[in-house]
Amino acid sequence: MTNSPPPAEIADEIAAIIDAHKALEGPLLPILHGLQDAFDHIPQAAGPLICDALNISRAELHGVISFYHDFRDAPAGRHILKICRAEACQAVGGKALAEDTLAKLGLDWHGTTPGGAVTIEPVYCLGLCACAPAAMIDDRVIGRMDSARMQSLLEKVGA
Amino acid sequence: MKLYIPLDSAAKALGADDVAAALAAEAETQGLEIDIIRTGSRGMIWLEPLVEIEQDGTRIGFGPATPEDAAAILSGNSDKALGPVEELDWMKRQDRLTFARVGVIDPLDLADYEAHGGLAGLRRALGMTGQEIVDEVKTSGLRGRGGAGFPTGIKWQTVHDADAPQKYIVCNADEGDSGTFADRMIMEGDPFTLIEGMAIAGLAVGATRGYVYLRSEYPDAIAIMTRAVEIARAKGLLGADVMGSGRAFDMEIRKGAGAYVCGEETSLLNSLEGKRGVVRAKPPLPALEGFLGRPTVVNNVISLATVPVIFERGAQHYADFGMGRSRGTVTLQIAGNVERGGLFETAFGISLGEVVNDLGGGTMTGRPVKAAQVGGPLGAYLPASKFDAPLGYEELDAKGGLLGHAGIVIFDDSADMLEMARFAMEFCAVESCGKCTPCRIGAVRGVETIDRIARGDADALPLLTDLCEVMRDGSLCALGGFTPLPVMSAVTHFADDFAHGKEAAE
Repeated sequence: MTNSPPPAEIADEIAAIIDAHKALEGPLLPILHGLQDAFDHIPQAAGPLICDALNISRAELHGVISFYHDFRDAPAGRHILKICRAEACQAVGGKALAEDTLAKLGLDWHGTTPGGAVTIEPVYCLGLCACAPAAMIDDRVIGRMDSARMQSLLEKVGA
Repeated sequence: MKLYIPLDSAAKALGADDVAAALAAEAETQGLEIDIIRTGSRGMIWLEPLVEIEQDGTRIGFGPATPEDAAAILSGNSDKALGPVEELDWMKRQDRLTFARVGVIDPLDLADYEAHGGLAGLRRALGMTGQEIVDEVKTSGLRGRGGAGFPTGIKWQTVHDADAPQKYIVCNADEGDSGTFADRMIMEGDPFTLIEGMAIAGLAVGATRGYVYLRSEYPDAIAIMTRAVEIARAKGLLGADVMGSGRAFDMEIRKGAGAYVCGEETSLLNSLEGKRGVVRAKPPLPALEGFLGRPTVVNNVISLATVPVIFERGAQHYADFGMGRSRGTVTLQIAGNVERGGLFETAFGISLGEVVNDLGGGTMTGRPVKAAQVGGPLGAYLPASKFDAPLGYEELDAKGGLLGHAGIVIFDDSADMLEMARFAMEFCAVESCGKCTPCRIGAVRGVETIDRIARGDADALPLLTDLCEVMRDGSLCALGGFTPLPVMSAVTHFADDFAHGKEAAE
C-alpha cells in the first residue's frame, strides 16, 4: 500500500464529498457513506483529508471504519449479494440456502467470485421476516428465496 | 379505475413491481384508463403482492397476485379475488391505531395523509404547553415500543425539565432484530406520522432538532423517509416556523452502517456523533447527556409514530386499550415458519397461542410448532406449553419471556434448538461492540461451550449456565445481558436437543 498523493481529480472529488457533509452534526458517517457511494470503498487517499477536516487522528478514523460492517477499504464485486442469516430466515431453510450458495460459488462469506461479478455478504435481518428466506442484490430485495431463484439470480449477474 | 398496489419492501420482494408493470401494460392493451397508487402494505404478507381495486368506494383485494393475473384482475373475474379488504378477518380483528393509514394512502401524499386524520395531533399539540403535552403522553400510558418498555412520558419529562441551549429528538430506526419489521413498514407506508410524532416530541421537550438513525439494510425506507422530510419541509411542517406557529423543529435522516449494537441507544448516539458504535455506561442518561452531550429523547419508531394518534383521539382513548400496565396497542410481527405471516396491531393481552395458531395458522410447512421466539434475537424460545402467555410486558416477563419489539418467529419441529442457542452466542460474538468483557469474551466462550455440549461433553452444561449468569449480570447493555435468554430458554425447554451429543458420546 502506498501513500503517494492521489491523482488531482480524485483528490478533488474526495474533498468535495467531505466539504458537502462537514458542517453536519456528527459528519463522519455521512462522509464515509458519501465516499463509499462514489468509489465503492473508502479510498486510502481519503484518510488524511478526513482527519484534517474533522481534526481526528488516523487511529480514530481507522477505529470507526473498521467498526462498521458496511465500510470497505477495497472495492467489492460489481454486485453485492446479501443473504440473511437471522433466525426468521433460518426457520424456513435460510441456513441451507446460504451454505449451498457459498458452496456452489466456492466462496466464504465476504468473498468475491473470481471474475469480480458478485461479492457475498451476510446480513442480519432485512425486515422481510414474514416472507423469508430473504436476500438483497445491490438495493433490490427478494423474498421467499429458494435455490432455483438463487441460481437464476446468480446467472443474471454473471457469477 | 383506481388501483392500489403496495410499494412496501416485503411486497416488492414478492414481485409487486412486476405486478404493477403488468397491470399497467394490460390496461393499455385493453384501452382501460387506470390510476395506479402505490401504498404501504396492509400487513398481510402472505397475500402480497395484494392488488386493490376501488369499486363504488370499496377496495376489493386480489392476492397474492402475479403478473399473469393482470388480465383477470382488470376484468374482475380473477380467482385471486378476496372481496372487500376491510372485511377480511385479519383486518376486522385488529385495532389499527398506529397503522391506521398504512396500506391505505400514498405514503408521500401529504394531502391524503391529512384527509385521513394526519396533522390533527400536531395541531392540537401546538395549542398546548410542553408540560401539557408531556402529561398527555403520560396519561396515554405509552411505553417504549423498541423493547425496553420504559414509560415514554417519564423520559420526555426528564428532557423537558433539563436546562440546555440545545435539545434533540433522536428516533431509533435501527430495527435489527430478526422477526421485526413494524418500523420498516411504517416508515415505508406512513412516513409523515413519524415526522409528526417527532415534531410533537420536539414541542413537548423544547427540542428544535431531530434525527432518524435508520439502518442501511433498509434502502427503500431510507428513500421514502428522506423524500417525506423534504416534502414536510417544503410544506412548512418542518423548519423555523412549524405550521405557522412560530416554533421551530427540523430533522434529518441518518443512515446506519450495519452494526446491530447501534440499536442500543447509547451506541446509537455514539454512531450518530461519528464514533465507533460502542455502548456508553449509564448514568448519565441520554435524557440528560445524549447526542453531543445534550438532553436527548431517544425513542423507537413505533413509539414516536404512535404519538400523533394519541393527540388526535385523546390519551384516554388510547389508554382504554390494553391490559395491566401495558396500555394501548401492540404491533405484532408474525414471522418465520408460519402459514400467515405479517403485521397485526391489537390491544395488549392477546395470547401467544392465539397469535401463532389462530392468526398465524400454524407453520408454513404444516409440521407441528416447536417453538416461538418472542422479542427478537435476545428474546426467549418458548415451547407450545407456554403459549397461554398473554402478550404484555409484565405478563410475558412472568413466563420467562421478553416482549421486546413484539416480533414473533415461529419454528417447526425440524428446528434444532442447540443450533439456535449456538447461533445466539455466535451472533453476540459477531455484533458485540467490545466494550465489556462478559459480552465480548463470554459470547465467544459460549459458542465453544455449546460445541462441547454438542460433542457430548457432560461437564459443559453447568459451565454454560454459569457463563450465562455472568453475561446476564455483568454486561453493560442488553446485547450481552439478554443473549443468555434465548440460550438458557433453549436449554431449559428443549433439553432433548442438548442431549443428542451425549447419547452419541456414550
